[in-house]
Amino acid sequence: MPAARTPASQFVRVAEQGRPRLRITVDGAPVEALAGDTVLTALLLAGRRVRTAEFGGGERAGFCLMGACQDCWIALGDGRRVRACTTPVSDGLAVATR
Amino acid sequence: MSDPRVVIVGAGPAGVRAAEAFVAAGLRPVVIDEADAAGGQIYRRPPAGFARPPSALYGLEAGKARRLHAAFAALRDRIDHRPGTLAWNVWDRVLHTVRDGVLAQVPYDALVLCTGAMDRVIPLPGWTLPGVFTLGGAQVALKAQGCAVGRRVAFLGTGPLLYLVAHQYRKAGAGVAAVLDTSPYGLRVRSLPGLLALPALVAKGLWYEARLRAAGVPIRTGVTPLAAAGEGAVAALEYADGAGARRRVSCDAVALGYGLKPETQLAELAGCRLAYDEPQDLWLPECDALGRAGNGLYLAGDGARIGGADAAEAAGRLAALACLGDLGLAADGAEVLRLRRRLRRQARFRLALEAAFPFPASHAAGLPDDVVLCRCEGVTAGQVRAAGLEKEAAEVNRAKALVRLGMGRCQGRVCGTAGRHVLAAALGRPVAAVGQLRAQAPVKPLNLAAAAAAAPDTPL
Repeated sequence: MPAARTPASQFVRVAEQGRPRLRITVDGAPVEALAGDTVLTALLLAGRRVRTAEFGGGERAGFCLMGACQDCWIALGDGRRVRACTTPVSDGLAVATR
Repeated sequence: MSDPRVVIVGAGPAGVRAAEAFVAAGLRPVVIDEADAAGGQIYRRPPAGFARPPSALYGLEAGKARRLHAAFAALRDRIDHRPGTLAWNVWDRVLHTVRDGVLAQVPYDALVLCTGAMDRVIPLPGWTLPGVFTLGGAQVALKAQGCAVGRRVAFLGTGPLLYLVAHQYRKAGAGVAAVLDTSPYGLRVRSLPGLLALPALVAKGLWYEARLRAAGVPIRTGVTPLAAAGEGAVAALEYADGAGARRRVSCDAVALGYGLKPETQLAELAGCRLAYDEPQDLWLPECDALGRAGNGLYLAGDGARIGGADAAEAAGRLAALACLGDLGLAADGAEVLRLRRRLRRQARFRLALEAAFPFPASHAAGLPDDVVLCRCEGVTAGQVRAAGLEKEAAEVNRAKALVRLGMGRCQGRVCGTAGRHVLAAALGRPVAAVGQLRAQAPVKPLNLAAAAAAAPDTPL
């Protein structure tokens, strides 16, 4: 049996893949997303973390995904702080997770 | 006299049916909703540009979803719909809202709160690892984003939603590692007579379970959760099976939920008292059978008492009819009686459901000292126990003051349930005696940019 491989992304698309493509940047690196994705979706399709918890430092990837738990606040390039799970991506959006 | 100002918060099943009743009576209610499109969490609509039909999104509930969406669409020109808007405070018969950073004050004669619910969770070691999500969140990812929360998802908790979401994942082609239910199967059998108050729902539940079993998904009942394990992200879920043997299922995501808990913050801020409800093990706002809470306040749907989407539709309409009657506008008495009958049947079913899938309070009460209860600020079960035992915190708000349980951004939405069980057990007191975390405005974080944008002559 092959050794268990850590998947590179947390989320996996299972439907709705025909939407227009757009580009965002995450901590400066380009990431592809689809129109209608939330910032959280884009982050978790590109990796397994959304932010680092400010109390204790562990990595977080959101939790409730419906705007209640407040565990996915991140910063945008323009300085705004937003909840990743309720913020849609837009072309050229800059996201800072660190 | 000018028309009474009616404000509805929430555009899920309860809010939509309430709005419909007010419009039929000739009023133009304000409908405030955090989502961009009506439907609530249960009939949540994907963003524009998504293509799946209702049958793919809502399964056996597609007809109901379609009817609710159509009912709301028909109201469009006759209501003041404010989507993407957070109601963050109620004070002196004024609702305070914010939309895109712009604050507004909405005075009302009648306020109908249809604020819905979120997952009730019990922490477990490792639950802050990336990959652990709420059960409702796992469903939102699938419905509203076309994504599975992992390649192999373990479903942990209890209640009918566990089987429904696991079924939806399997049907969508996502990997389901296991369904792990803390409730012993025997309770379901014993509750069957009560559950048969709504036989169609029992049939659906059995159908989801049968489909999962046919697909070879392991279903374990009577389990005790032990830990979500992994380096930097979830790689396995550990649990004790019904016989007490330690088991491990490999997975890259966990969907966690033990039924729902209502969003009661606005009701509380509006002056409504909360009372402990033993069968649901929840603190619920006090209102009469029609949803009247006094002082122009009305409550309906899961935000008032967990009853599910069908009950919410009936309760939303009923609260609106009660309100119309109170405003001196005609309401159909026969329909009120019909709706109350329907809600009573729903309540009988719900009581049996609580008995079949009980909240495993002892799992929460017995969490190890080093387990984080509060995701926001990392407060542990041990700190809450110490607040009770060493610092004499006799109820949860005192513990909040001492160790910051529920002080973080979510205001105790996530940790509150486990927190009161941990504290009560440490003190040897009944859980009702330690109370529940009080609501504070703003009920969700507000960007200070919003406050800065407020015109100088509209003070906060």
